Amino acid sequence: MNSQNVIQPYLRLSGLEPLVVRPETNFINIGERTNVTGSKKFARLIREGKYEEALSVARQQVENGAQILDVNMDDALLDGEKAMTTFLQLLAAEPDIARIPIMIDSSRFNIILAGLKCVQGKCIVNSISLKEGETKFLEQARICQDFGAAVVVMAFDEQGQADTLQRRVDVCLRAFHLLTEKLGYEPQDIIFDPNVFAVATGIEEHNHYAVDFIEATRKIKQFMPLCKVSGGISNVSFSFRGNDVVREAMHAVFLYHAIRAGLDMGIVNAGAIPVYDEIPEELRQRVEDVILDRRPDATERLMEYAEQVKAKGKQVLKDESWRQGSVQERLIHALVNGITDYIEQDVEEARLQYPRPLDVIEGPLMDGMNIVGDLFGSGKMFLPQVVKSARVMKKAVAVLLPYMEQEKLQLQHTQSTQQTSKKIVMATVKGDVHDIGKNIVGVVLGCNGYEILDLGVMVPAEKILETARQTKADAIGLSGLITPSLDEMVHVAQEMERQGFNIPLLIGGATTSRMHTAVKIAPEYSGGVVHVQDASKCVQVVNSLLNPQSRQDFLKNIHEEYGQLRINFQNKKSVKQYISLREARANKTHINWKGYRPPVPQQLGVQVFTEYDLEELTHYIDWQPFFIAWELHGKFPDILRDAKVGESASRLFDDAQVLLQRIVREKWLTAQAVIGLFPAYAVDDDDVMVETPEGLVRLCFLRQQLKKVAGQPNLCLADFIKPQASLAPGETDYIGAFAVTAGIGIEKWIHYFEKDHDDYHIIMLKALADRLAEAFAERMHERVRREFWGYQPHEQLSNEQLIQEAYVGIRPAPGYPACPDHTEKRKLFHMLQATTHIGIQLTESLAMYPPASVCGWYFSHPESKYFGVGKILPDQVADYARRKEMSEEEVSYWLRPQLND
Amino acid sequence: MKSLYDCAQERILVIDGAMGTMIQRHRLSEQDFRGQRFAHFHRDLRGNNDLLNITQPQIIRQIHEAYLQAGADIIETNTFSSTRIAQADYDLQDLAYELNLSGARIAREAVDQFMANHDHKPRFVAGAIGPTNKTLSISPDVTNPGYRAVTFDEVADAYYEQVKGLVEGGVDILLIETIFDTLNAKAAIYAIRKYFRDAHRQPLPIMISVTITDASGRTLSGQTLEAFYISVMHARPFSVGLNCALGARQMRPYLEELSRIASCFVSVYPNAGLPNAFGEYDELPHDTAEAIESFAREGWVNIVGGCCGTTPDHIQEIVRRVQHYPPRPLPIVAHSLQIGHAVEM
Repeated sequence: MNSQNVIQPYLRLSGLEPLVVRPETNFINIGERTNVTGSKKFARLIREGKYEEALSVARQQVENGAQILDVNMDDALLDGEKAMTTFLQLLAAEPDIARIPIMIDSSRFNIILAGLKCVQGKCIVNSISLKEGETKFLEQARICQDFGAAVVVMAFDEQGQADTLQRRVDVCLRAFHLLTEKLGYEPQDIIFDPNVFAVATGIEEHNHYAVDFIEATRKIKQFMPLCKVSGGISNVSFSFRGNDVVREAMHAVFLYHAIRAGLDMGIVNAGAIPVYDEIPEELRQRVEDVILDRRPDATERLMEYAEQVKAKGKQVLKDESWRQGSVQERLIHALVNGITDYIEQDVEEARLQYPRPLDVIEGPLMDGMNIVGDLFGSGKMFLPQVVKSARVMKKAVAVLLPYMEQEKLQLQHTQSTQQTSKKIVMATVKGDVHDIGKNIVGVVLGCNGYEILDLGVMVPAEKILETARQTKADAIGLSGLITPSLDEMVHVAQEMERQGFNIPLLIGGATTSRMHTAVKIAPEYSGGVVHVQDASKCVQVVNSLLNPQSRQDFLKNIHEEYGQLRINFQNKKSVKQYISLREARANKTHINWKGYRPPVPQQLGVQVFTEYDLEELTHYIDWQPFFIAWELHGKFPDILRDAKVGESASRLFDDAQVLLQRIVREKWLTAQAVIGLFPAYAVDDDDVMVETPEGLVRLCFLRQQLKKVAGQPNLCLADFIKPQASLAPGETDYIGAFAVTAGIGIEKWIHYFEKDHDDYHIIMLKALADRLAEAFAERMHERVRREFWGYQPHEQLSNEQLIQEAYVGIRPAPGYPACPDHTEKRKLFHMLQATTHIGIQLTESLAMYPPASVCGWYFSHPESKYFGVGKILPDQVADYARRKEMSEEEVSYWLRPQLND
Repeated sequence: MKSLYDCAQERILVIDGAMGTMIQRHRLSEQDFRGQRFAHFHRDLRGNNDLLNITQPQIIRQIHEAYLQAGADIIETNTFSSTRIAQADYDLQDLAYELNLSGARIAREAVDQFMANHDHKPRFVAGAIGPTNKTLSISPDVTNPGYRAVTFDEVADAYYEQVKGLVEGGVDILLIETIFDTLNAKAAIYAIRKYFRDAHRQPLPIMISVTITDASGRTLSGQTLEAFYISVMHARPFSVGLNCALGARQMRPYLEELSRIASCFVSVYPNAGLPNAFGEYDELPHDTAEAIESFAREGWVNIVGGCCGTTPDHIQEIVRRVQHYPPRPLPIVAHSLQIGHAVEM
């Protein structure tokens, strides 16, 4: 927590509450109904001075999930300045609306200025452009800056609206340079609108408009990654005015593709976007053909379809076929599509089928919400749709509640213990708005006789603790979905400790984990911290926690379990005995050098391999670490048939194969390697002198100081190189070095998935790139043994044998157990000129970039083997510092894992 | 002389305590407030503390000196209400520029004299810019929520005039304080930016200090602290902080939050506790300073001091307790998304 604070360059907006646009933020919906040019109803209300009703339009937008409110008063019949001022001042008095940021939308700057003077939060001006030249543009931009507003810049210049891909990008870049260089704008305060134009207008030049917008978005995000991209989404479907079914489908499809390309926000009718996956196949196909300009007759085909739906009449437009399904299917459909029409009757029907009302929640309703969660997570549902689903869920639960209450009464009656129910304060922590999971947990606990005090979302620590204190709560439950919430949870735990709480703290939500809870949260609070995996586990956990008989045991178990996790985490070692460096050197590996003739490499010096065949590398992949990366533990391939995780592991493996094939076939990643084989000999017990084209290099290694049982040596890598003193005249030993990467070009694809909020594939891609890099290291090592050094020309080992390290010689990596000093990488990179040759960078902290890279040394001696240096004593630190010509402080810094218990 | 920025990086700076509390101790009469110049003015003037810049400058100067003696690094001009809008209550709107000019000069002279007579440790004058007595985001008429008693342009113009007086009188810092309506503060920022542009002068550092009115953790105009901070970031302030309404202990959670989110320096100058049943502040120097010391210990602050009810004794005790703590280090402000993303577990 106390590491140096970093303020990220996020777009930050505010109404009464903040809106921070983080990289992991989903698409942001800007409510469009408070726009007189787009909504006839709103225009009429404003014209007639019915501001109260006009406000309710705004409120509806917020309730439907709008995160920013677009306000536009551009109407020839209106005094725009006055209407803007009146509306915004009234709006300021409505906290439920004013909590979100405002987008002041006008093509007339005087109206924008009037709006700016009414808004206390950080708003967005929509828009300014280069239409009237640079002077005017900069003047307006400066005024926006004086009010602290972010700006939407339209792709529009002196020549008119940019309507090709190239023009869109050029105009935006020009505006970017002007704003950042002439006015010192923060890039994150610039939002580009690369012009959404209508497609399927019948004019052929228009067919490519949507594709151009999408591609322009991709380019803008690539060139100006901190800037944002927005657009008026409904323009795209203008030619289908009057046919909402087709229009909404067009919006959903267009958004789906534009968001993948990087679209951050858009002006939409929050609440009227269907779920991409739920658009009837035929319609989606035809719409996609139009949006992506996939066939010349796309427009006609969509018009045909549109005529059909129109002919069926408005009533028939609603597809009611889903009503044919089972009650479970109907409930799920209603949840996913946000339909409340039949929810009451369906829930009632389900209730009669299940033994207990709670079973309906835990069964079909939870199933539905899980699907919603998955679709949301994969970017196929947007917030407004999720809000609709939550509303359906609430309605469903409301139907069941009276029955559960009744059940509870009966239960109490039968138990005849009229004890007061236990109270649990629940909240989504500050900075986070996700509460579906928390709400479900609340409902489930409520059904089990607990009293839930739900404080809602974005709740500051102080309020949570204050409520807990005042209500004498028996436990506190925190929830959060986004990563920063984890820190906030730590903060709450710290505050509970500071304020002397002793009630248990429950942690839940998608980003939370048992490990994080054990390592970061539990140590902060002594009253008991328990991670709750999901809603299905919460009852059991809370029952055990709040029952005085089981509580102590339960907490004790948790305490032990978390303690163990922490130990695993920190990889602490038990008390061991250590010996001095001198003693350790006296107990070095005993190798009879006299009769040993070091093998001479076939090819001395440095060799570079660019664009290595990825397909070849796939055969060298060790899959086990891949599953570990996904927290699936078990031996490969047995894990695929494991009773508990086999199914998920198999699915994961299948997905990995699919992605791997794409990576290989479409050359997503570039693999490159550099290796070098050099004359070398050991000196001063623990060092190796290497003759490289870059000069004589001294490699320094560390020696084990753990007291060994008799006959076991204290190992050091230098033991495996023939010492200078033992060399026959004219003889030398050799050492090799290598650096390989399989991560070149990965950023683009990470970005590609990021835009889709597809974390699954991001992790998958990174994990596969890591695997390929390791495979590459394996393959190069094999070739070194067989060809380049050639000391094992006839080696024939299977991949399993390679993974089991059945080969002769080793390839330890600096920073890993046998040679834990990362700073030796500098020498390795220098010897191989690795950055120049294959583009791997060494960061300040000596990590390699791209991350999917491996480097290390080659040792050929048959007795060389992998080991861990383990803990070292101050005498070695001093000796090592002297050999490395570094200060002891610096050495201690880099070797801190070796110095700590 | 070391710049304000360098000083703030080196140590925790201390800003002075209450002006009003100190003026009250003089028990000034209507006549005292009027002085000779306003002896026959048509309105009562008692209570118009800022007017003393003209009618009793030696009293104001003595108060500044007392705070300098106590160890304050920054003293505030007596200009909290020296805007055309606030002075209209006394029908003295046309005196606004002069009040600021005199207020700034008195503080400037007090500081320069003190530094000449003592050590050469740098001390600074902050031109105090209050919220005015009218709000831009809130209607004073409950039956008409759209009504405003004042316009943005009127507030911005009033601030422009105030800033001009303060800068010409020689202040080192502009301090927009006791903000309870963010839009008023935005008008002040707007005026400051405009003034320096018009005057072709190097802009002075801006300190911004907001008032969280109660346990809701929000400003009077309804914003959360983070929403407020986001709304004023464009001022590129030298510091952002909290003052007034609450005592140090009540400010704790808000200060912690601010220290986490602010990319600039962080200030806090609370009241001497919450007012007692008689509306007086009776928290002792020891108590106020103890709470402020706990902020310094946490590493949350760069500038500390006092607001209503605090006295030179409070300031002296605060100086004594915080001087050995290092200031909050400025956070790293990343300019690309690659930096500082902590490695997730």
